[in-house]
Amino acid sequence: MTNTYRDVGVAGQQDEEDFVDILEERRLSSDLGFALRTFSPQLHKGSPPCSSAELHRAVLESQYLRYVTKEVAMETGSCEQEVREEVCGILGEMSQNLQLRFIRLMAYMMTKVFKTVFSAIFVNVEGLNMLQQATQENPVILMPNHRSYIDFLVISYIMFSYDIPVPVIAAGIPLAGMKIVGEILRRSGAFFIRRAIGSDRLYWAVLSEYVRTVVRKGFAPLEFFVEGLRSRTLKSISPKLGMMHMVLEPFLKGEVYDITLVPISISYDRVLEESLLAHELLGVPKPRESTMGLLKASSVLQENYGSMHVNFGRPLSVRQLCEGKINRCQYNLTPRDLPQKPSADVQACVSWMAHLMVRIQEEGSRISPWSLMACLLLQTPATVLTEQGLLWHRLTEKTLWLRRLALDFGAHLNWPEQIPDSDVLLSTLALHRTVVHQKAGRVFLVWGGEPEGRHPVSPEEGVMRTAAAALMLVSYRNQSLHVFVRPALLATAMSVTKSTERDDLLAYFCFLQDVFSNEFIFIPGRSSQDFEEAGYLLKKCKAVHISQQEVTVSDSGLEVLSFLQELLKPFINSYQLMFRYLCEDADQIFTEKQFLHAVRTLATNAVLSGELDTYEVLSSNVQKNVLSALQRLRMATKVKRSENEEYKVDRAAVGRAGDVLSGKVPPQVLRATPAARL
Amino acid sequence: MIFSNKRSRQILRHAKPAGGSSSPNCHHLFSWYMIFNLTELLLFHRQEIMKWNGWGYNDSKFIYNKNGQAEFTGKRYRLSGMIIPGLRDWMESTFGATVQHKTPATPVLNTSAVQPPTLNEAFVEGIKSTGIPFSHDPEDRVFRSHGHCLHEIFPLREGKVGRVPDMVVWPKCHNDVVKTVELACKHNVCLIPFGGGTSVSSALECPPEETRSIVSLDTSQMNRVLWIDEKNLTAHVEAGIIGQDLERLLNESGYCTGHEPDSMEFSSLGGWVATRASGMKKNIYGNIEDLVVHIKMVTPRGVIEKSCQGPRMSTGPDVHHFILGSEGTLGVVTEVTMKIRPVPEYQKYGSVVFPNFEQGVACLREVARQRCAPASIRLMDNEQFQFGHALKPQVSSIFTSFLDGLKKFYITKFKGFDPSRLCVATLLFEGDREKVLQHEKQVYDIAAKFGGLAAGEDNGQRGYMLTFVIAYLRDLGMDYFVIGESFETSVPWDRVLDICRNVKARIVQECKDRGVQFQPLSTCRVTQTYDAGACVYFYFAFNYRGLSDPLHVYAQVEHAAREEILANGGSLSHHHGVGKLRKEWMRETVSDVGLGMLKSVKDYVDPNNIFGNRNLL
Repeated sequence: MTNTYRDVGVAGQQDEEDFVDILEERRLSSDLGFALRTFSPQLHKGSPPCSSAELHRAVLESQYLRYVTKEVAMETGSCEQEVREEVCGILGEMSQNLQLRFIRLMAYMMTKVFKTVFSAIFVNVEGLNMLQQATQENPVILMPNHRSYIDFLVISYIMFSYDIPVPVIAAGIPLAGMKIVGEILRRSGAFFIRRAIGSDRLYWAVLSEYVRTVVRKGFAPLEFFVEGLRSRTLKSISPKLGMMHMVLEPFLKGEVYDITLVPISISYDRVLEESLLAHELLGVPKPRESTMGLLKASSVLQENYGSMHVNFGRPLSVRQLCEGKINRCQYNLTPRDLPQKPSADVQACVSWMAHLMVRIQEEGSRISPWSLMACLLLQTPATVLTEQGLLWHRLTEKTLWLRRLALDFGAHLNWPEQIPDSDVLLSTLALHRTVVHQKAGRVFLVWGGEPEGRHPVSPEEGVMRTAAAALMLVSYRNQSLHVFVRPALLATAMSVTKSTERDDLLAYFCFLQDVFSNEFIFIPGRSSQDFEEAGYLLKKCKAVHISQQEVTVSDSGLEVLSFLQELLKPFINSYQLMFRYLCEDADQIFTEKQFLHAVRTLATNAVLSGELDTYEVLSSNVQKNVLSALQRLRMATKVKRSENEEYKVDRAAVGRAGDVLSGKVPPQVLRATPAARL
Repeated sequence: MIFSNKRSRQILRHAKPAGGSSSPNCHHLFSWYMIFNLTELLLFHRQEIMKWNGWGYNDSKFIYNKNGQAEFTGKRYRLSGMIIPGLRDWMESTFGATVQHKTPATPVLNTSAVQPPTLNEAFVEGIKSTGIPFSHDPEDRVFRSHGHCLHEIFPLREGKVGRVPDMVVWPKCHNDVVKTVELACKHNVCLIPFGGGTSVSSALECPPEETRSIVSLDTSQMNRVLWIDEKNLTAHVEAGIIGQDLERLLNESGYCTGHEPDSMEFSSLGGWVATRASGMKKNIYGNIEDLVVHIKMVTPRGVIEKSCQGPRMSTGPDVHHFILGSEGTLGVVTEVTMKIRPVPEYQKYGSVVFPNFEQGVACLREVARQRCAPASIRLMDNEQFQFGHALKPQVSSIFTSFLDGLKKFYITKFKGFDPSRLCVATLLFEGDREKVLQHEKQVYDIAAKFGGLAAGEDNGQRGYMLTFVIAYLRDLGMDYFVIGESFETSVPWDRVLDICRNVKARIVQECKDRGVQFQPLSTCRVTQTYDAGACVYFYFAFNYRGLSDPLHVYAQVEHAAREEILANGGSLSHHHGVGKLRKEWMRETVSDVGLGMLKSVKDYVDPNNIFGNRNLL
């Protein structure tokens, strides 16, 4: 388990110079010429091209699907032919129909859009070269993070530009429903997956056979978002394992020699959906994906969104990653075509690998000055930001301080070197004028869409408006959270436990990781290495002294430690509030909806009364994470009653967890499901 | 009495070829008619005609002649005396092995490098009193100290000799063996049975930790066919007989066993039984376990044998199966009753070219499904196909070379086969003429369904010839910095393609990771078909120039390849056996209980570990 993302090779070790702006050439030459360029990618050896009809047939005729079809027919009492037709239906709904002419069409349209929206799209050429090499050797899985709808096709766009086979992409089914656009996506290589598949066995079977067949045939790379969905908070999401299992199975069962995973980090200066996201988190439903919606949203395209970085990580060999973790002989005794529940070692390894990929995505992302600024703005009381304003030079100073810290912690910044720092920060501010604006040397939060808008109708609405702006800041802060989170956990452990003993600190550190592993990505089974890493980083920036047994604050360490503690505070406070609510006020059994509503009311009041100084608790994301965390820690169980899924909470346990969190009680080891750990 | 070297040399000198010229219809690829019967001439000192540090006969080897062309010397094989124009280029392009970089073997054994024997005087006295021939001559001992694994041969070429048996005994019959084993038990010496010496599992290696006197029990003098039962079609044979002699002797009476493992020129009946050998024509005749009717084995507990020759019995677990595959750990097989068949009236080779290996495997699978496999059917991958091509002897006439050109044109241009992907299946049909032709048609029809094109008898026959000469080729490789070996497995049908691809790729990758400077040869073929799977043979060789410890690298790669085989659902061995080379995987192969069963049999039969070669367990 000594394997870390560092041993494996961190994405984005490259210097800034290695990044090339692909739009530069596009601005100089004809878009049509580009769309019609000769495209002759080298295919992975021995795998002939495979039309979507052939793929279809291979999936339909697979032993596996025939078996499941028969079983489902038996279970449901319908005839096999009917089930087969259903399979065909699912496959029809799902399958991609990759065609070069549509790639060209996309390339043409996207060039137009990208040129207006982005000032630059930077890609690391070295990563692309490695990828190109990898596509010729083994089936390749492209694993980008997911922050914007743009992610969806930008990879294909880059592949097309660099003569690399364009991928087949896993997409959510709502996109397929869009008129024309759905079809264009399908022909650009997207295949569509239903949300909430649940226990639909037939659907699972078709999907997994489809994915496995794509991997086995190796005619095109497969692209999927291991986080499962677009992160509304711009923070990494705990990976979903279903797709990962499907993708890896052909290797585990020996059907391919190896599989190459390519983590890709996409970072935006400014996300197109920013305001939509904040509102969604506050409970305003996301507009349904529709072509009309897309056209309406085209006003979004009038604005400047700065630059975008696409960092292709070093290709990773699944064979190497699995070495010593999985005994492949376990597939020797049953036909490989039959459905088989993954064994504990496979589950643990797949989970580990998925987390590892997300961590590498995080490491490879480029952090903008704006994200650092957001960290600091959120540590300023909201009233200051909405009323008297924050001194600009103070913010500048702090941002530059934070930049040094981030660099110390090994972050990769997107900070132009040639331009004076003050200009960098000013242009950053200008880019994000929808969130903050500067007046008379002071910085204010843009409130309710208009700077210093009219007075709110009600205090509650006022809270919501501030929250909308604050949550936008939160999102951008989240872009850099992964850099600080491990030292921040240690800093928090130091302040909460008031102990200097390593063992005490480690215990609390592990406790925090257990509680917050829905908020931040921690690779399972790596707590003590994470702890070491946190200590190492704090020592590196001279914030602590570390000896065999002790971790103590250094004289100059307070600034760093208090910044880090403040960074985590919103999470701790939000969790505290909800824990308290759950063990004091809530019914024992409730639905998710009831919970969200109650917490929102409670939190609004707490903010109004000044009891709570964070708006983050209003984010439905944090609220849902608490529910997941409780379930994971076995403090809550999901029960199915009539139509609704309800939660049943173990109040005593939640109370205990709250006490540990606030430092009243020393932590006892909470353990998540053992399967998730190695 | 100690058999003298001098005497055997005299015998050899007077030996004359027994037969005249090769008969054109001779269907065997090496010649029975040749000079001597290995065992008949009391070949105590086999090193007189066989290499002590390489494969096969002294007179047969690949060399580069004065003109720098490859040539196969001697007169024993069809290829003997022929120039092989393509071989040198193939060696250079495949391995980067050039004539300039030579690593010749030590020509003569330096007997002072051999440790003096640790003799158990009481045992020696006992043997003397029985009159069983014995020797502690260094050459005799070294010759019986090894099989043909790379790590056994390579040091010998450099003149390095490890632990060797302290003494060799040559019992002449079952009773001699009984006496020898009794004496060994009485005086606590370690016995290692030695048959043909063709083991490739480190089975003959003397355990370095063995402190007792080690006695090699050479079975070569027990080489008679004791009787032939024409009513039941069985023959009772002494277990030391060498494959080619057995076949020749039975042929004289119009019979054969049909058991033809690739090593049959040198391997012995007892060795086949002890390793669960498999013959090329098992589709007609069966593997060794199907062929034996009765076995007699001498163990420290006494003699084990069945009381009758019933063709099948339900009498608890078959005790023959304790013997089959026991690898010399339980005792010495002395006599075997085997099924025999009349020599087939007609034999025909054939070959089929497939556009790629996948199609070829699909065809073999279909042939197995329809249970119409010919006596032998083997599928070579593209690398072996090219290798086979490189071994084509010089064509004598312009006409033949013109024909070859035409064939090539037809296959690659007209049929659109990619020369870097196509592969060949070789076939051997046997039986009465009409049935053979009928059978042939059936198989070719199936092949056609998988895009296979009939490619002539010649190609087929050459394919089988390669089986016998490929072992000689390793010696040529070793003269020029190339080391390699083959290993095998058996695997279910649905895994065949995957295992071939993965193991070959693993070998290439491991070589790269371990600093091998040249691209290795990593190739395979499917050599046997069964109802539920196939036997796959891998060949692996590389140029070791620039490596400080080539043997270690080789061992690591082979180890990794075996791990890969097991991870892909392949067996630990199809017919080579486990020996000491693969015993680390025995537990996971047969489970704890399985291993315990084998151990308890060993403990009962041989509590003092007299048969102490430490194979298997």
